[in-house]
Amino acid sequence: MTRTNYDGASASSLHGPLADRPANPAVGREVPHEAAALHVTGAALYTDDLITRTPGVLHAWPVNAPHAHALVTALDVSPALDVPGVVRVLTADDVPGINDAGIKHDEPLFPTEVMFHGHAVAWVLGETLEAARQGAEAVAVDYEPLPSVLTLTEAIGAGSFQGARRTVSRGDADAGLARAHRRFRGVFEFGGQEHFYLETMCSLALVDEGGQVFVQSSTQHPSETQEIVAHVLGVPSHAVTVQCLRMGGGFGGKEMQPHGLAAVAALGATLTGRPVRLRLNRTQDMTMTGKRHPFHAEWEIGFDERHRITGLRATLTSDGGWSLDLSEPVLARALCHIDNAYWIPDIEVHGRIAKTHKTSQTAFRGFGGPQGMIVIEDILGRCAPQLGISAEELRRSNLYAPGQATPYGQPVRHAERLTAIWSELQQRAGYLDRVAAVEAFNAAHEDTKRGLAITPVKFGISFNLTAFNQAGALVHVYKDGSVLINHGGTEMGQGLHTKMLQVAATALGVPMSTVRLAPTRTDKVPNTSATAASSGADLNGGAIKNACEQITERLADVAARMINCHPADVRFVDGVVTGIGFADRQLTFAEVVGAAYHQRVQLWAAGFYRTEGLHWDAERMQGEPFKYFAYGAALSEVEVDGWTGAYRLRRTDIVHDVGDSLSPLIDVGQIEGGFVQGTGWLTLEELRWDTTDGPNRGRLSTQAASTYKLPSFSEMPEEFHVHLFERATESGVVYGSKAVGEPPLMLAFSVREALRQAVAAFGPGGIEVDLGSPATPEAVFWAVEAARRGRPEPALAASAASEAYAAGNHSGAEVSAVSGSYAQA
Amino acid sequence: MPQESAAAQHGGTGVGSVSVNGRPLGLGPVGGHVTLLDWLRSRGLTGTKEGCAEGECGACSVLVARPDGDDRTRWTAINSCLVPAAGCAGQEVITAEGLGTVDALHPVQREMAVRGGSQCGYCTPGFVCSMAAEYYRPERAADQHATAGHDHEHGPNGFDLHALSGNLCRCTGYRPIRDAAYALDRPADDDPLHQRTRRPAPPAAPVTVTGDQGDFVRPADLAAALRLIAERPDARVVAGSTDWGVELNLRHRRAPLTVAVDRLPELRACTADDETIDLGAALTLSEIERRLDGSVPLLAELFPQFASRLIRNGATLGGNLGTGSPIGDSPPVLLALEARLVLASATGTREVALADYFTGYRQSVRRPDELITTVRIPRPLAAHTAFHKIAKRRFDDISSVAVAFALDLDGDRVARIRIGLGGVAATPLRARATEEQLTGAPWTREAVRAAADRLATEGTPLDDHRASAAYRTAMLRTALLKFFARTRGEVSA
Repeated sequence: MTRTNYDGASASSLHGPLADRPANPAVGREVPHEAAALHVTGAALYTDDLITRTPGVLHAWPVNAPHAHALVTALDVSPALDVPGVVRVLTADDVPGINDAGIKHDEPLFPTEVMFHGHAVAWVLGETLEAARQGAEAVAVDYEPLPSVLTLTEAIGAGSFQGARRTVSRGDADAGLARAHRRFRGVFEFGGQEHFYLETMCSLALVDEGGQVFVQSSTQHPSETQEIVAHVLGVPSHAVTVQCLRMGGGFGGKEMQPHGLAAVAALGATLTGRPVRLRLNRTQDMTMTGKRHPFHAEWEIGFDERHRITGLRATLTSDGGWSLDLSEPVLARALCHIDNAYWIPDIEVHGRIAKTHKTSQTAFRGFGGPQGMIVIEDILGRCAPQLGISAEELRRSNLYAPGQATPYGQPVRHAERLTAIWSELQQRAGYLDRVAAVEAFNAAHEDTKRGLAITPVKFGISFNLTAFNQAGALVHVYKDGSVLINHGGTEMGQGLHTKMLQVAATALGVPMSTVRLAPTRTDKVPNTSATAASSGADLNGGAIKNACEQITERLADVAARMINCHPADVRFVDGVVTGIGFADRQLTFAEVVGAAYHQRVQLWAAGFYRTEGLHWDAERMQGEPFKYFAYGAALSEVEVDGWTGAYRLRRTDIVHDVGDSLSPLIDVGQIEGGFVQGTGWLTLEELRWDTTDGPNRGRLSTQAASTYKLPSFSEMPEEFHVHLFERATESGVVYGSKAVGEPPLMLAFSVREALRQAVAAFGPGGIEVDLGSPATPEAVFWAVEAARRGRPEPALAASAASEAYAAGNHSGAEVSAVSGSYAQA
Repeated sequence: MPQESAAAQHGGTGVGSVSVNGRPLGLGPVGGHVTLLDWLRSRGLTGTKEGCAEGECGACSVLVARPDGDDRTRWTAINSCLVPAAGCAGQEVITAEGLGTVDALHPVQREMAVRGGSQCGYCTPGFVCSMAAEYYRPERAADQHATAGHDHEHGPNGFDLHALSGNLCRCTGYRPIRDAAYALDRPADDDPLHQRTRRPAPPAAPVTVTGDQGDFVRPADLAAALRLIAERPDARVVAGSTDWGVELNLRHRRAPLTVAVDRLPELRACTADDETIDLGAALTLSEIERRLDGSVPLLAELFPQFASRLIRNGATLGGNLGTGSPIGDSPPVLLALEARLVLASATGTREVALADYFTGYRQSVRRPDELITTVRIPRPLAAHTAFHKIAKRRFDDISSVAVAFALDLDGDRVARIRIGLGGVAATPLRARATEEQLTGAPWTREAVRAAADRLATEGTPLDDHRASAAYRTAMLRTALLKFFARTRGEVSA
């Protein structure tokens, strides 16, 4: 039996390198989502849909603390037990294991110290949701309010930080800045983002006859949900099974945050012996669960006479909220992506995590990448007019070139794709004509202006934490030739299961219709990584392919005897098994499987994959943490109404590199969806907390769909063209593909930069445009007003931070406390 | 599809049934607090989803059979999370499960499935229902020719994208959903739901439900409704329930008695003569939009900006004025139109000017025993009108500032101007100082600039999560400047 080497050539000619595709593969075909027919008919089941199929379910409702920071001095559950229908109230005293919902042991599941407004201090179980809610209202809690830290500015001022501080550096940033022809510096504070998966958090827990705890959960990380449930219950992991049928969206929000909720449900089920359903409603979900980290950035940059970046010095401060959660790896990715697609020879970037009395900020599509990249894109957008060149030229002339490496020491392989994509995009979108048309429009319109911008994306693929880059799969071939696959990844709409069906069909050489996929559960594939970091298809695809190839290798021996050829010459294509040169001896896959069964050949296999070649020194922030980079660029055109600041996204063109696409319809969907979600973050979605000293201090004011607006049809580009970069085979990845989940989100910078261009057109030109983020109509309006006055003015939201920065770190002569943002050195 | 539903209960025990997907389904012991969404899900119809429970996301969208004139039915998409299930007794409801099956997809479902219109799939059943309503909209074929290629919000098949303005998708970025919508053909002749539109909608049967989940009554006529609310000051009056449903779901308010007035014939007239246009307070905004058909331009400008199609299919003017919210979008418009309200009680009727109606935050001169029956708009209508809604999002958002103008010019002078404002005070209000300053003044850039400065001082805008006070003030000012720029174009044309 031959062994497949996953880093390249195979020892067998039966299986080529990981990237090679066999004849007529199922991968690469444009197929709809595997559950599309279930989705559109309402037949697809989500966790909460299971409750009407589960008799005797109890419903859980939290007791939310009305303080941003307080001590719980007394908790009396007895009034709740008097409410008809209330069955039990869960408190810290009920926890048999460890009272903690996280992996850093800084997230008490039932806290004695309230750390954010809405923190659940107890949970009430009721026969109905109404009873549980009324019970929660009846629980008597005494609080001793404590001082709270809410904004990044407050946290920085108070020195309220958590976790490790990291630095990415190369060369000598001071020397780089010193040799610059022009230097600029500034401060930029930008907002977070609510995931707003349409399906809110939900878990349904029950205990079976053997005491086994079974939790159905809307989770991106079933194995970790399992671990947390087990340690809260004080049982080994083998006593807990977690299943995720599918999620109604995840976007990173269900990577860490479901665990504690699942543990509460499991605890309730264990204590009552009845199934417990814990579903957050939208208000609870927005109030209680973490979001994308808002950031604060201070920076100084230098350019040479040819407008090349000479050096960058920056400090990024993320708002981690009350607990550490995933804040450290999010910050690491931010630090690793501040370069975006640009060569910065001398650089020093410091990162730190603020601790504030807010929800625990967590993973969100891009995972810090967007927060790093927005800083450099904002800098280039602001500096270009000062340098007297177009932002397009400034960006293009600083793109990485082949042979260069990132500040953390990873070679930028295929850097030439950046310039190739840039040119192709300009050509496809008719860039030069469009620039002229925008200029003509702006000359003819006093109160409406258009803007056009192009921005690049370079995004590293793999978990920064090397250990996570592994995956398992289980492939069963039944005697009739039908196939059942199971893998460790979860389906949240991204089309992972569709791709995995295509991978299995390709690797086994069978029609897709003969392959079925079973729901993700921890008793099938153990110790899985989160479905996150865009890695789902790379990792699980590798594992499935590995399992399938174990099976086809065994089947090849059987078939070779039937055909009378060498096993390495056996080919599996579309359910037909042949040998090279034996075209007349065609066997069906089922025939070979049947023969194999009678010869007692194992027809199922567990597959495994580990990404080769990764190494990362998390302390020094050096190494090669990524298997490869995903590249792309977007060109967007907007129109701004100068009376109101309202705008429309007229057109977006995208060229994006997904390697050789596993599933083009899915990949285009990821690109478009990521782009619009990124546009929401940058232009519309605004999280506002009550930062007054009033009684609601710390309360999220935008905790509903009516106050937190995500993109609707009115925000999608009126014209939208997505093109997959061609001839893009990625060696060393399953069937030559690339990850696609996160990178396209950052294509949305083109919208923000186009808005900046349009705003600039209201003014005399040649001055910076400082634009708040999100660039809401109000933020755009103030920027237009500033442009019309012919001088920069920071967005309102950033002004306080700018003043603090100016006062604390720089002499006022160069950095004006009002204009705040930057001054030329 | 058999649509003759089981007899609804005419007052009494609270046991009735709803025709769901063509089959009668007993309501069971369902009180006034139970929404159609929760009831459907409790009966195992879990295709309909809860995304926000406040009529913002559309994941709960279902189709209901509503009257379209006297002899036809219009499949109307509504937010099932907002309406009481009890109010659906005797009605016909179609959910995503009822449109088609995995093996026999409905044309809307097929287009959505093959074009990548679903990713996570959670919003999808709601999109499918909203899209199906537009698929069956009888005017769509005519619009096909009127709007083809005119803008990005209307498909070549006459599909009005605003039909989906109340549906949110977090995954797709909407492009494939738009493509699916624009690819839809006309319904086949033998399509059962299409055939159903040719017969009358089920009548709104009187309903009485009592129980520990709140009582629910749909009175038979206005007199019965007025008697009931006179007897029961604790009653909650609902029409589309688009405001009360939010209170119920998000703020957990409970009313011992809910009284539905949405189908009272006395509240559903739409008449016009030389003097006035009378709009029944319980007509839905969608119905008014269709009946007026652009004849009141200021209202025509309002409707597409008022919440979403799903909401407009339930919401009424009576409700929007009855709640008295300072950020409702209809009051500024109706103030500029100098609308008057007819208020009825068991003891008689009276008419009040809308400008005199609001007395404080969500307070009005309406007594608890009174219902708004009619919104009366005097004629002639002003020659130049505009409605400016300032919000973060163009589709389905709540305004931070709303300004409505109604202007008549006499030569180049202002003969008469009425300005209605929303979002800048505890009540909607008329910008009387600005109106006074402009009346008789020349309609010139200089005079308008001065008036715009005055307009910016009207009201007492606040800072909140929607906008800063400074922005609201600025928007008052620029609204008049923008209106001037627009009328100057109209006058010179």
